[in-house]
Amino acid sequence: MSKQVKRLDRVIIRFAGDSGDGMQLTGDRFTQESAAFGNDLSTLPNFPAEIRAPQGTLPGVSSFQVHFADHDILTPGDAPDVLVAMNPAALRANLGDLPKGAAIVVDTHDFTARNLTKAGYAANPLEDDSLSEYAVHPLDLTGMTVEAVKEFGLSRKDAARAKNMFALGLLSWLYGRPIESTIAFLQKRFAKVPDIRDANLAAYRAGWNFGETTETFVVSYEIKPAPMPVGTYRNITGNLALAYGLIAGGVQSGLKLFLGSYPITPASDILHELSKHKAFGVTTFQAEDEIAGIGAAIGASFSGSLGVTTTSGPGIALKSESIGLAVMTELPLLVVDVQRGGPSTGLPTKTEQADLLQAMFGRNGEAPVPIVAPRSPGDCFETALEAVRIAVTYRTPVMLLSDGYLANGSEPWRIPELSELPEIDPGFATEPNHVVSLRDGSSLASSGQVSPSTNGASADEKREFWPYLRDEQTLARPWAVPGTPGLEHRIGGLEKGDGHGNISYDPANHDFMVRTRAAKVERIAESLPPLEVDDPEGLAKVLVLGWGSTYGPIGAGVRRVRKAGYHVAQVHLRHLNPFPRDLGDILERYDKVLIPEMNLGQLAMLIRARYLVDAVGYNHVRGLPLKAMELAEAIGNLVADAEGIEVDLSDPVDATTSGTAGASGTSGTSSTAGDQR
Amino acid sequence: MTTDLPQPVARSGIELVPTLTDEAAPLTGKDFTSDQEVRWCPGCGDYAVLKAVQGFLPDLGLRRENIVFVSGIGCSARFPYYLETYGMHSIHGRAPSIATGIATSREDLSVWVVTGDGDALSIGGNHLIHALRRNVNMTILLFNNRIYGLTKGQYSPTSEEGKITKSTPMGSLDHPFNPVSLALGAEATFVARTIDSDRKHLTAVLTAAAEHRGTSLVEIYQNCPIFNDGAFDAVKSPVTRDEAIIPLVHGEPIRFGAPGADGSGSRGLIRDPATGGVKIVEVGDAPDQVSADDVLVHDAHSPDATTAFAISRLTDAGRLHQAPIGIFRQVSRPTYDDLARAQITEAAAGVTGSRSERLAGLIGAGDTWTVA
Ligand SMILES: Cc1ncc(C[n+]2csc(CCOP(=O)(O)OP(=O)(O)O)c2C)c(N)n1
Ligand code: SF4
Ligand SMILES: [Mg+2]
Repeated sequence: MSKQVKRLDRVIIRFAGDSGDGMQLTGDRFTQESAAFGNDLSTLPNFPAEIRAPQGTLPGVSSFQVHFADHDILTPGDAPDVLVAMNPAALRANLGDLPKGAAIVVDTHDFTARNLTKAGYAANPLEDDSLSEYAVHPLDLTGMTVEAVKEFGLSRKDAARAKNMFALGLLSWLYGRPIESTIAFLQKRFAKVPDIRDANLAAYRAGWNFGETTETFVVSYEIKPAPMPVGTYRNITGNLALAYGLIAGGVQSGLKLFLGSYPITPASDILHELSKHKAFGVTTFQAEDEIAGIGAAIGASFSGSLGVTTTSGPGIALKSESIGLAVMTELPLLVVDVQRGGPSTGLPTKTEQADLLQAMFGRNGEAPVPIVAPRSPGDCFETALEAVRIAVTYRTPVMLLSDGYLANGSEPWRIPELSELPEIDPGFATEPNHVVSLRDGSSLASSGQVSPSTNGASADEKREFWPYLRDEQTLARPWAVPGTPGLEHRIGGLEKGDGHGNISYDPANHDFMVRTRAAKVERIAESLPPLEVDDPEGLAKVLVLGWGSTYGPIGAGVRRVRKAGYHVAQVHLRHLNPFPRDLGDILERYDKVLIPEMNLGQLAMLIRARYLVDAVGYNHVRGLPLKAMELAEAIGNLVADAEGIEVDLSDPVDATTSGTAGASGTSGTSSTAGDQR
Repeated sequence: MTTDLPQPVARSGIELVPTLTDEAAPLTGKDFTSDQEVRWCPGCGDYAVLKAVQGFLPDLGLRRENIVFVSGIGCSARFPYYLETYGMHSIHGRAPSIATGIATSREDLSVWVVTGDGDALSIGGNHLIHALRRNVNMTILLFNNRIYGLTKGQYSPTSEEGKITKSTPMGSLDHPFNPVSLALGAEATFVARTIDSDRKHLTAVLTAAAEHRGTSLVEIYQNCPIFNDGAFDAVKSPVTRDEAIIPLVHGEPIRFGAPGADGSGSRGLIRDPATGGVKIVEVGDAPDQVSADDVLVHDAHSPDATTAFAISRLTDAGRLHQAPIGIFRQVSRPTYDDLARAQITEAAAGVTGSRSERLAGLIGAGDTWTVA
């Protein structure tokens, strides 16, 4: 039977089911198929904090959203074009996010009176007209799955568990996905349990074949590969990219990596990943708590390794005092905060950006710490390397702020060539750096001045090692590791005398050292490239400034505003402390500055304090990425304000996008048109 | 799922630490003395321990640059500043975790922790017990003065109940820890107790602790003349100490007190069938005495810590009149740091290519596609 094939430029699918239904796996496989096909894509897994919330209930619903396109996209999409709902709770929990006309593929098997009640439905929504605004495809996915895997003699329960693969097969057919990678995956994953393996393969193929033969779907869709810069790609999540970035940091600096960590969502996967790479000389230490994790990392750094600690917001709170110790002892250290909803335990599995001020100020005393933040899952790799560069070059703890969305979300990532990666030189101290007179104890020469001629210090001179003599350019102190003869020294949390580094309670010295530690962090700005200002015609009066994972929604919102014919500029910060040198000038060039954040205005507060700019906040803390469409409205309003014009962002007629965005078979254009070129 | 880990090889705690060459002039206590002025109160027990450590370190024959002292916060925590080795004066209670990072990342260092009763047992209690159970190769010197010295005299987790201090004018309410019992309960492989003023015993214990591969916990009774003077007089004064100290020497019957008919202490320890613990008896041939042959012979190497624990319970929890002194337990178990390094070696065995080549392989693996 030959079916009609329609071309689409982009589709957003959300797979939703019970926590035990394997929705994360299903979404992940669909993503891998789409990546292999060459689409650009972006994903948003969303799961409950409970491992197995009661079956069939709203809290137990787990979902995975994937946005794939024939062009470059920035976000997992605001609203799904297609919802795959495996039970009544999944339907009910996700319906509110669907635009009119969206398609719903729903497994009718669980729509029993009992399950409907569990999901809070008084009546069966498939039987009244409550879904009349959607294109609903009610299918007995479970029943068809059980039928398809009959021959393998599984229990009914085990047989039914393959229903996610049936759904995946069906959706793979509907969107013309290549099936080879999933077949290979299933063969490998279930190699040890042949009947389960065969049942999953059979269900997957049955789903595909059902699509091909059923009357329910009269069209299938084609989404061409997206043009992307030349290179080799893979799909990658933020946590994986971050772990790889840390390993790369170890390789590029020639240092051994030492991770001290205590498990916490959503950071644990970095610990899991790094523990697999001992062959790179990576030591992973699962500590008794967050304090011990960072303590061990500091000890490792003191001994000449690259100390790293990974955690989320609650863990940072516990590590504060130790971060202060690393500030005082001026040792290289990486502190990774994969932010989640707070305060306290907050929303462990949801995303947020509300730890910026904690990273900036969350310590006693004047304890400046450089802060970097990745903008996308793949960017976690490069940002981790940048954090290593700063930590090692400037002998300082560095805070890296990722978040739950970046951690678990994924995107195609161009695998860098090793030649593109920075070289990082630990530059260990090997020689004394100071000469004193034995006659009166006065300093005769310091640091770079200790030339070979003074090496053989004369009888009335003594060569010493001063742990707090600084490099003139970076203000970094020497890193002398145990085992280096002649450089024995003591460091610690008490204030250090300038240069010699002995305990000092001298008021003027303390004032000097406080300012010097701040100046050192400020010096990092000298090593930063100019900011990229995205202002195509240079006509914008409004600048949107962001940091971290809001890059995607901000970029999509900006595109949408531009597409409707208006001007807006965008700058995204990787470095939050210190700010890049040119930021102040850039801010001055615009009449209005909008700062979208998943917090109540933390970057905005820093910008206002530092540059006296009347920045406007755009803030949501819903545990989810910002919605590009809503953000576009906010940008539009500010543009209207700044330029004294009317701004209308309603859907421009787009010649390149025709037809539908999903399996609706009817109308249903996308509601996130902003996320296009 | 579990896996079998490599079996322990009995090795010295300092086996992999570089030693001085035979030609090099031997180091002296002076070589281990830094140029910093020591600033404890006059008469503080910490002086004696510092002197003993400076005097004993040269005997290890190690290179000075391969020795690291880490401390937390407290009076005793100033210790590293006075030693001409590598050192870190860290933050309150956290020294064991910092030392764990040092010991695990470097097998060629001799790692020492200096901590107080508050530092180790109050704020740092968690790190202490976990270091002990992991058996990381380091020696922990626990300066127990049964008081918070640096913060000027509040009661500590080893202070006796009812102690009147600035923070407890009507007497402290909490029951104290016995550091030795705690360490034994935390699966420690080397646990000892010694006294600041007994340089000979202190040195012998430190030598054994340094040579032990794994976490060695040495509780040092340390007098604080300012805030808790005389806390250990019973075990220090020549008048009382023979009655107060229950000396533990591996392989020897545990006897103490004034010499009895056979020239050894008139009192001894035997097992107590009623409690399963141990008890003190008069040793001799009289009807109400226990025969010397029945006195418990100290076995620090017993795989079972039960007897060592029972002996540790003979320490007074209240004001100290009596305490076992010596090495309670000294057994061999694989160390965390050795095992961690062994896993790295095992993982790296058979891998080929430079780190850079392998990095390219790692990031380039998985389902990839090429855009030409
Ligand atoms: C986080 C923190 N809390 C409290 C203190 C204050 N403090 C310093 S030392 C100390 C107690 C030290 O007692 P102990 O470990 O017995 O050492 P000692 O001074 O008796 O040698 C306290 C509470 C601190 N420095 N840091
Ligand atoms: S307060 Fe006590 S422990 Fe501290 S230095 Fe003085 S005497 Fe020693
Ligand atoms: Mg004390």
